[in-house]
Amino acid sequence: MNELIKKLVEAYGPSGFEDGMRDIIRPEIEAYADEIRVDTMGNLIAFKKGNGEGLKVMIAAHMDEIGVMVSHITKEGFLRFTNIGGVFGHTLLGSRVQFADGTVGVVFSDRIEDRSKVHPLNKHFIDVGATSKEDCPIKVGDAAGFHREFVARGDQLTSKAMDDRIGCIVGIEALKRLESSPHDIYFVFSVQEEVGTRGAEAAANGIQPDVGIALDVTLTGDTPEKRPLAVDLGKGPAIKVKDRGMIAHTGLVRIMKQRAEEAGIDYQLEVLEFGSTDARSIQIAGPGSAAGCISIPCRYVHSQSETVDANDVEESINLLVEILSKPIEL
Amino acid sequence: MNELLKQLTEAVGVSSAEKEVRLLIRDLIADHVDEWHVDAMGNLIAVKRGTGASDLRVLVDAHMDEVGLMVIDIDSSGMLKFDGVGGFDDRALLGKVVQVGPKKITGVIGARPIHLLKAGQYTAVVKRDAMRIDIGAKNKEAASSKIKVGDVAAFVTEYEELGPTAIGKAFDNRAGCAALIELLRAEPYPFDLVAAFTVQEEVGLRGAEVAAYGVKPDAALVLECTPAFDLPNEDDVSPNVALGHGPSIYVMDRGTIQDPRLVSHISRTAAENSIPFQIRQPGGGGTNTAAIQRLHGGIPAATIATPGRYAHTPAMMINLDDYANVVRLAEATLRALTPEIIKRNA
Repeated sequence: MNELIKKLVEAYGPSGFEDGMRDIIRPEIEAYADEIRVDTMGNLIAFKKGNGEGLKVMIAAHMDEIGVMVSHITKEGFLRFTNIGGVFGHTLLGSRVQFADGTVGVVFSDRIEDRSKVHPLNKHFIDVGATSKEDCPIKVGDAAGFHREFVARGDQLTSKAMDDRIGCIVGIEALKRLESSPHDIYFVFSVQEEVGTRGAEAAANGIQPDVGIALDVTLTGDTPEKRPLAVDLGKGPAIKVKDRGMIAHTGLVRIMKQRAEEAGIDYQLEVLEFGSTDARSIQIAGPGSAAGCISIPCRYVHSQSETVDANDVEESINLLVEILSKPIEL
Repeated sequence: MNELLKQLTEAVGVSSAEKEVRLLIRDLIADHVDEWHVDAMGNLIAVKRGTGASDLRVLVDAHMDEVGLMVIDIDSSGMLKFDGVGGFDDRALLGKVVQVGPKKITGVIGARPIHLLKAGQYTAVVKRDAMRIDIGAKNKEAASSKIKVGDVAAFVTEYEELGPTAIGKAFDNRAGCAALIELLRAEPYPFDLVAAFTVQEEVGLRGAEVAAYGVKPDAALVLECTPAFDLPNEDDVSPNVALGHGPSIYVMDRGTIQDPRLVSHISRTAAENSIPFQIRQPGGGGTNTAAIQRLHGGIPAATIATPGRYAHTPAMMINLDDYANVVRLAEATLRALTPEIIKRNA
């Protein structure tokens, strides 16, 4: 599985520019879905038919990653940029980004007068090795993702874009392992989550599911001086109870816990003060749905060294398969 | 003199009170469309039937509303307390003439004259809640006979042309409305063109969401007036679009990543027709595209805008060549739009 994880996390796909991600995921799932389509926004939707006794379920894992977009090119050929999603100055100095055509750029900031302060994004630039605006291979409006290699250190898997390629892995593997289900299931590999859960909103408006489950990473509270949060790396999937954008459907949370307990899967309960997931959009799209989220604990989210635990990933897949193979009585 | 721009910018249509603009536009388009109706929000929706060559249903949106003020209280001296409808820089308000309420009562946003300013007041910013609109009423009763709480106020600016430049209020977004009217006056398109002159954009893209939900189009084009920021700037850091450099095409703003297929289609169309264009600086701001794009399983949407200086103030400036090129580019973009461009296979 690490090979597929490496392929997914190292691929280019900032929000709005997920075409390459679809090309990687589609062949992985084609043999396991009854139907595959791509909707207007670019969501890749794999449909697996149920036995007619269940509900209409939408699973969402987002393909996009945070990144930057070029807003201006100086006459010396340096790129000024704006953020795509949650990109912050303190993760940027000396980092590298990659554009769709493979061009790699180095990110640095304007002169630092006071080392105790972090420059805002508009005081940073990207150097792609150009010497003038004219010879610069990149244009205003071009988007880049971060550029960082995947490493596996025992069970700890580290890379850029674990958020949310690891959720995509959970979706892909669950689809592969799911033998039968009462439910009509739409596995949605969604776009534009990082800029406001936009892809899932359009997909859910189209699908109008009864139940929506997002697969996404969540923060952990287990590193030095961390804000208190009862989610640790390596202690199992986190069943989301609440985040800033959603209060999970209580019936769905109950079923998730029940299925985990029946299958002997260790789980944690997540109450997150910041951020949200595609589940937020699915919950209130169209006439609304019962929404929840299986979260994969992840350290250093929105840095280029996002770290997850292989066992948490495996158990997240198991939990999703358990939920989907049995009736969901809300 | 561009009579269309003059009529449209001098009409008053603060968000939620767009009727005057709607009636004006209705009369301007009635002979050029096959049907029209006004929906529950107040959006004017008009259909121009196509030649039948294509099955697409394409929505073109331009918001009718402009930013303005709303009277929130009348004090005992007959002065009107107000708040903004849409986004304002309070510093642009002092000393301006406004027209208040359905009877268009003239008022002045009063400022303490410089003769009476004390030290320190020269540099302080006067906050909105310390300002009043003065309609010259002698007391609350006199003011209340002309104005009601909830009445809106708009700026008063006569349209003028100076060479290639036009000056007026509310180019945001009457420039878009004028361009859409021009599109309706042209020959039929291969597909049914649904024009939506929408309400309440300035307070949160509210009209377009309802309009697009009802129309359920296959693709949408938004015509806007985007803030230009091309004043002298030594930093080479953060210019936005510039006047006279052509229509600006959106790629990303706070609310959307515009449909990449439509963005390339528009840029390609501009190049093929030798129409100058500029990519609007990605980043902040937002247009009705954000309200349209995610409805009904997703609607491909993009924005073409006329650059305008001094947006959300009493006096804006646009370049008339830019405006004419927005009309040309929008028309060419629509005529060349085929289902293949927005079809997704992978």
